[in-house]
Amino acid sequence: MTFEAFLAGLPPAVVHHAPVLAAAVPLLAAPLTALSWRGRFAWAVASTGAFSAAFFAIVTLLRVLTEGTVSYAVGGWGPPIGIELRVDALGGTMAVLVAVMGSLLIFGGYASVAAEVRKEKTSLFLAAFLLCFTGLIGICITGDAFNLFVFLEVNAIGTYAIVAMGASRDRRALPAAFNYLIMGSIGATFYVLGVGYIYAATGTLNMADMARLASPLVADSTVVQAGFALMVVGLGVKAAMFPLHQWLPGAYQFAPSLVSTFLAATATKVAIYAILRVTYTLFNPSVAFDALILQWVLAPLGALAVIACSVQALFQKDIKRILAYSSVAQIGYMLIGVALTTQAGAAAAVLHMLNHAFMKAALFLALAVLVLRYRTTSLDSLAGAARTAPWTVAAFAIGGLSLIGIPLTAGFISKWALLEAVLASGWLWAVIVISVGSLLAVLYVGRVLDVMYFKPPPADRAPVQEAPPVLLLTLWVLALANLWFGVDASLTRGLADAAAQAITDLANTGLGSVQ
Amino acid sequence: MGEFFFERYNYFAVIILMMGGLYVVFSSGNMIKRLVGLGLFQTAVFIFYITLGKVSGGTASIIPGWDVYGHGKDYADAGHGAAYGTDGAAGGYPAATEAVATPDAGVAEPALDPLMRVVPEVDLNPYRVRPGDLQIGPGLADGPQVDGVLYTNPLPSVLILTAIVVGVATLSVGLALTVRTREAYGSIEAEDIRTADADSADPASQGGRA
Repeated sequence: MTFEAFLAGLPPAVVHHAPVLAAAVPLLAAPLTALSWRGRFAWAVASTGAFSAAFFAIVTLLRVLTEGTVSYAVGGWGPPIGIELRVDALGGTMAVLVAVMGSLLIFGGYASVAAEVRKEKTSLFLAAFLLCFTGLIGICITGDAFNLFVFLEVNAIGTYAIVAMGASRDRRALPAAFNYLIMGSIGATFYVLGVGYIYAATGTLNMADMARLASPLVADSTVVQAGFALMVVGLGVKAAMFPLHQWLPGAYQFAPSLVSTFLAATATKVAIYAILRVTYTLFNPSVAFDALILQWVLAPLGALAVIACSVQALFQKDIKRILAYSSVAQIGYMLIGVALTTQAGAAAAVLHMLNHAFMKAALFLALAVLVLRYRTTSLDSLAGAARTAPWTVAAFAIGGLSLIGIPLTAGFISKWALLEAVLASGWLWAVIVISVGSLLAVLYVGRVLDVMYFKPPPADRAPVQEAPPVLLLTLWVLALANLWFGVDASLTRGLADAAAQAITDLANTGLGSVQ
Repeated sequence: MGEFFFERYNYFAVIILMMGGLYVVFSSGNMIKRLVGLGLFQTAVFIFYITLGKVSGGTASIIPGWDVYGHGKDYADAGHGAAYGTDGAAGGYPAATEAVATPDAGVAEPALDPLMRVVPEVDLNPYRVRPGDLQIGPGLADGPQVDGVLYTNPLPSVLILTAIVVGVATLSVGLALTVRTREAYGSIEAEDIRTADADSADPASQGGRA
């Protein structure tokens, strides 16, 4: 295989250490970025760090695809005592998604950062951005339940800081970031409490080891059951699972546009990934209690999210807020996929995570460009934007169509996969929910497109030009990805299937292949 | 009843602290008070972990004799080289392997030093550890005894050390946000902030403040 040839061509040390380097390089790049001169230089350091992380993440994924689950003993301390990095097809795919998206946005989004963050803060902003990025990659690669908490918090602390930096544009970013901090910390603390319960029952923190020891206990042990529930609730806060999503709209609306883009594309997906980890690897759906939680808690909440948040999206006056509510609704689709407890369901959920990352990244980045030019995201003041910024609005439209799920866009592929999976399990109510959700998406996306294309621009608006070329290019890469993966889904589908197989296999044997 | 309570008093303390903290977070509108509540909530979980690791009658998890290396006296007496860590391939703790790690035959094989770390062979080959090299034996379930000394489980304390650092970082970000909020709004009360935002909700006062 060509992957093998590529891996063989790299220095063995690089290949061997790739999993840890994917997280360690951006972690080390963060303080370097903070120490560098503001402006372009900090941007170059941050981009280098992010692109290196993307490289190592891709190497890791290729290793996973050629040789199966990759296990790395951090510091030479073997599992289950040491911290193990354990990457399977799911974790590898998510790490690559985060790393590629993050490096693309850091590299291409400098104009947006320069416009929305005060100049003397750019290096600090990029450093915090890298921490957020590191945390997300770390969550994807770790095989240790407590280490996951640490990465969750590394990510969260960076995120609070960069969300709050939206304050130079709108002071409401401060209370939004504060709310996010309170909710996020409570979520993480719930998670760590759950880990504590399961640690008390099993005496281990290594996830594969926990899975082996805890699964037989679940049926009888209320401690393990409570621990499991606490973990799911804690991660649910991070994933903006329906009633726990209150922090999300404010944080997405008031954060700097590039931050909204990155968070919408990756952060909640990584939390869903962690939920998948807990519900499929740590425990597995063959355990009755796990299946119960999935089908009677996560599935109904997902369905409620799809309907309720799509309706809420209809009544927002700010485009970022519309998209934020839409994100919560889309998380509902993913939760339905996760809750199906079938391989097809998990594959559909992962596929929707990937595709939704592309659509929301394109939509939010288009908004970032509009903010750069018009300094606002309120729907009314962006009327007729298509006349002055045709390329930006066209990219927005592609993202919007993908969000609805029009054929030939990525959104169609994943919604179709989800519908197939739902039908295979005979969940007719879920079919109705997904259809209604898509109809509502037509309404809220249509409303925005209508205003941008057909309403006359406000008379007092100053004439503006299109965005800087690098930013526009990045935007179009993301927009075209929506079309590409809508026509030729072999890459995304293949990864999603491999990922779903990895976690459902693991679920069947209790322990993955230890190599 | 009383026995039931006193056997588990640490859990009750944790529950009361946790719920108290959570109540403060959600009932208070003052940002500082909410952070205090959050701290209480997190600390309760820390206490939970630490009490979890306590083994009745166990001592602090410091292996006797190991600290002498730091002071040099016994180290020199034992006839080792002058510099710390120069003797032998096993790194800094060669003598300890024979001296300390013997009692629980099931756990401490020659390949393992007392910290259960895999002792490197001659070269420091990064590929040396393979999953499965290490197994926690059932012996650990009876309490981690080394040389007849009963230790408290050190792992929860170490975990919580990490969690405390994380908590401090979160708290400092929270306090920084409080300071900035006060600068921007002149208040740290949720009610005042809401009113201020409602007053300035007209589009003219937003977005332009670059």
